[in-house]
Amino acid sequence: MAAPSTTDVGSPHPYIPATDADRVRMLERIGVDSIDDLFADLPSAARDPALMLPPPLSEPALIALLADRASENRAPSRPSFLGAGAYRRSVPAIAAYLAGRSEYATAYTPYQPEISQGTLQSGFEYQSVVCELTGMDVSNTGLYDAASATAEACLLAVRATKRQAVALLEPIHPGIADVIRTYARGARLRIDQIDSADVVSDDHACLVAQQPNFLGGIVDLEPLAEAAHEQGALLVAVADPFALGLLRAPGDAGADIVTGEGRDLSGGPAYGGPSLGLFAARSQFLRQMPGRIVGRTRELHAPDGANPRTGYVLTLQAREQFIRRERATSNVSTAQSLVALSFTIAVQALGPHGMRDAALLCYQKAHDAARRIAALDGYEVTSREPWFQEFLVRGPLPAPQLLARLDEQGISAGLDVSDRKEREARDAWLCCVTEATPDADIDAFVEALSLVGGQTDGGS
Amino acid sequence: MTAPRPSAADAGARLSFDHGAPGRRAVDVPRWTGVQTPLPDAALLRDGVRLPELSQGELVRYYTELSVMNYGIDSGTYPLGSCTMKYNPKVNELIASASGFADAHPLAPIDGMQGTLRTLLELQRGLGELTGLPHVSLAPAAGAQGELAGALMIAAALDARGELDQRRRILVPDSAHGTNPATAAMAGFNVTQIPTAADGSLDRATVERELDDTVAAAMVTVPNTLGLWEHGIEDVAELIHEAGAYLYADGANFNAIMGRARYGDLGFDVAHLNLHKSFSTPHGGGGPGAGPVCCSDALAPYLPTPIVAEGDDAVQLAAPQRSIGRMQQFHGNVGVLLRAYAYMRALGLDGLRAVSGQAVLNANYLRALLHGHYDLPYDRPVLHEVVFSGSRQKREHGVRTYDIAKRLIDHGFHPPTVYFPLIVDEALMLEPTETEPPEAIEALADALIAIAEESASDSDALHSAPHDAPIGRLDETTAARKPILRWTPTEES
Repeated sequence: MAAPSTTDVGSPHPYIPATDADRVRMLERIGVDSIDDLFADLPSAARDPALMLPPPLSEPALIALLADRASENRAPSRPSFLGAGAYRRSVPAIAAYLAGRSEYATAYTPYQPEISQGTLQSGFEYQSVVCELTGMDVSNTGLYDAASATAEACLLAVRATKRQAVALLEPIHPGIADVIRTYARGARLRIDQIDSADVVSDDHACLVAQQPNFLGGIVDLEPLAEAAHEQGALLVAVADPFALGLLRAPGDAGADIVTGEGRDLSGGPAYGGPSLGLFAARSQFLRQMPGRIVGRTRELHAPDGANPRTGYVLTLQAREQFIRRERATSNVSTAQSLVALSFTIAVQALGPHGMRDAALLCYQKAHDAARRIAALDGYEVTSREPWFQEFLVRGPLPAPQLLARLDEQGISAGLDVSDRKEREARDAWLCCVTEATPDADIDAFVEALSLVGGQTDGGS
Repeated sequence: MTAPRPSAADAGARLSFDHGAPGRRAVDVPRWTGVQTPLPDAALLRDGVRLPELSQGELVRYYTELSVMNYGIDSGTYPLGSCTMKYNPKVNELIASASGFADAHPLAPIDGMQGTLRTLLELQRGLGELTGLPHVSLAPAAGAQGELAGALMIAAALDARGELDQRRRILVPDSAHGTNPATAAMAGFNVTQIPTAADGSLDRATVERELDDTVAAAMVTVPNTLGLWEHGIEDVAELIHEAGAYLYADGANFNAIMGRARYGDLGFDVAHLNLHKSFSTPHGGGGPGAGPVCCSDALAPYLPTPIVAEGDDAVQLAAPQRSIGRMQQFHGNVGVLLRAYAYMRALGLDGLRAVSGQAVLNANYLRALLHGHYDLPYDRPVLHEVVFSGSRQKREHGVRTYDIAKRLIDHGFHPPTVYFPLIVDEALMLEPTETEPPEAIEALADALIAIAEESASDSDALHSAPHDAPIGRLDETTAARKPILRWTPTEES
């Protein structure tokens, strides 16, 4: 290669291959003088505004800047007992490794099945795993997150029942309830947050119940399904797929649609996202489902006289926005495919025994920590039994003060729920311990709580 | 080119469930050895989960074998129109995986999350500056969710004006992405379709005729899905505002105009961007993406929650005064937002202008190279993409665009978007993006020209294509008529 001349600045950026010489050649072929000429249709008054943006950074400078930002985040390296919808998990390392393969990561939605069997077959694996965990007949390839998936489930129930109200059983995660309210704006649905399934009526398209619920309690879904069905409403269960390694499949208990959050089993909490909305249903709702669905089929023509091979395609697309437009079951297009892949691999790596053992470990470890805290002077665990990995603690100080005190010591003790209406939550905070919570963190937590208690006893 | 190769065995017939053996495991889960807490009532528990039992190496091989049947932007040229399949910088993956970002709990105390929040605040400001719509929420998880946020914001603003019951219609061009009418319907509106005029822009006479006090908004893609500038869009904006309605920009094609024109300056009230397109975050075979929504002062109080805002001594998560509410349980696809921020900083203003300039140059170069070989229904300079028609090949040789797309796979390319926009017969929508070198564009053009010639000389080769892919054409009809959508034990052969 000749050394570049001083007039040839070459490629403008490592992400853009064309050089000045290339551009000259291309412009000649097109028959225009400059790149600016190609923008001649833009109104001159709006062309090339002066913009305030920082100058470009070299790769080392970029890495250094964002390494600084990452280390400015002090919270992730501190002991944390926050749960409330995002849970630390021991995710098998191969999940992120395999999902990071660029054949998966840099592909688009599999519109061309002949060169997308990796995405499609793994999508079929995902659907199979979600159906097994939830006890449902059919699953899509995933939606944005648990909350928006649950909102879509409510819209499905509204279409299926032609009713205009939705019942949310408390305690439900406030973020999930908020998203349902947002999605309900278009159809102007009435949202009732209810304390007992007894008040489900024939106004309601569905009853939404969280498993475990927002305060950590394990819910018996069967009577909820009966109460909903008695009124002609559907039961939508928002279930933690990790807990389903141990808990009864919601489909077994009578749920009609199961949603859930797959983020935690796919990788880190990542400040909430990328997330993954599980969405599975009974087969009668298949043609009402939102999102992409993968189906198994065979080749149209056998290669050289052999048997046609098995392959996978996006199917039942007549539900979707790019075909049905304003009559589509949802507007969703790009969702969370790569997170779904990671989720699938993590669940399959854990396998039938690992899913159960990990859930058991989580249950035992959380209960052991709760027992240790309850044994401290001035503390009580107020949760209703049974619960899974989150429990309510009432301490010697009002919860906000106590959490602030722990925060000063570098511990995120959990979520303040002291202003909630449930009796067991009054003056309490919600504390989470999972199979992935380090033992040393639990020890430090118990120690810090005992000191706060001791200080109080000492009249500080 | 490292295009996927044909697979001899019937790999698709064997799922993970059909591999391995009972007792194998890919990871060890420690047993609890402390005090045993009794389990809940057995009626609340399950007996077991049916899942495959594979060793770690077997599971890795299975998903590696699957992966090589995939084609990604790292495999080769991916001119999928409307999808902006550009190179995804690897440094961004490294950055987002740092523990300080990846291990952050979404409810972590704000003062312990200033690194992420400052980064998101700067991203918001950058997107506001680039779109000319200064108020931004990063919450929407993808373009379609950004659209929904925008449409609901318009509804909320109309509601505040007491006009929501009266303004029930949203105008959508016939060239629009399907998400636009689907979004309008989800937000509770009716859709009025606007035809495309001979020059490829909105039919102005129809817009003027339809505009009245029943119209809530118009959703317009700029540049449009023909890859063309929307002529007179600034005048349309004025008409729409005079009629008391709002103008929404579908920013899917923002890559064409980044740093060169702004939706706000053109008169748009609200727009969404697809960061997994214009800002280079990997598409992942169907997400995760991010679809921030950007708006004017007037719509700012209705933005979805949260927005990132500068507080007195720290950056905060805030709820706009009259917010439509949350789109996500937490704060959106933050990992994607971090990658997009890194991309914005790596390029800077000059780099982003170079992106749009080169993307447009590349599309016009491809247009020039293919000119005459395929019909060009809107024969004028394009922006980031060019839409050809295979109607000549269909008419003269009985070759469909579908066949052309499949044959392109044999040449080692991902096919273009086909049969979209709907208003172009046998549409072939090509978007090379700025990250393809000229020789890749030339090779793509050569392949498409060879296919055009082949459609005259050997149309059978096209009808049965692809010949050189991991699998041949699949029976999509049976897949939909007799859906098999999951593994079941009885299906094992």
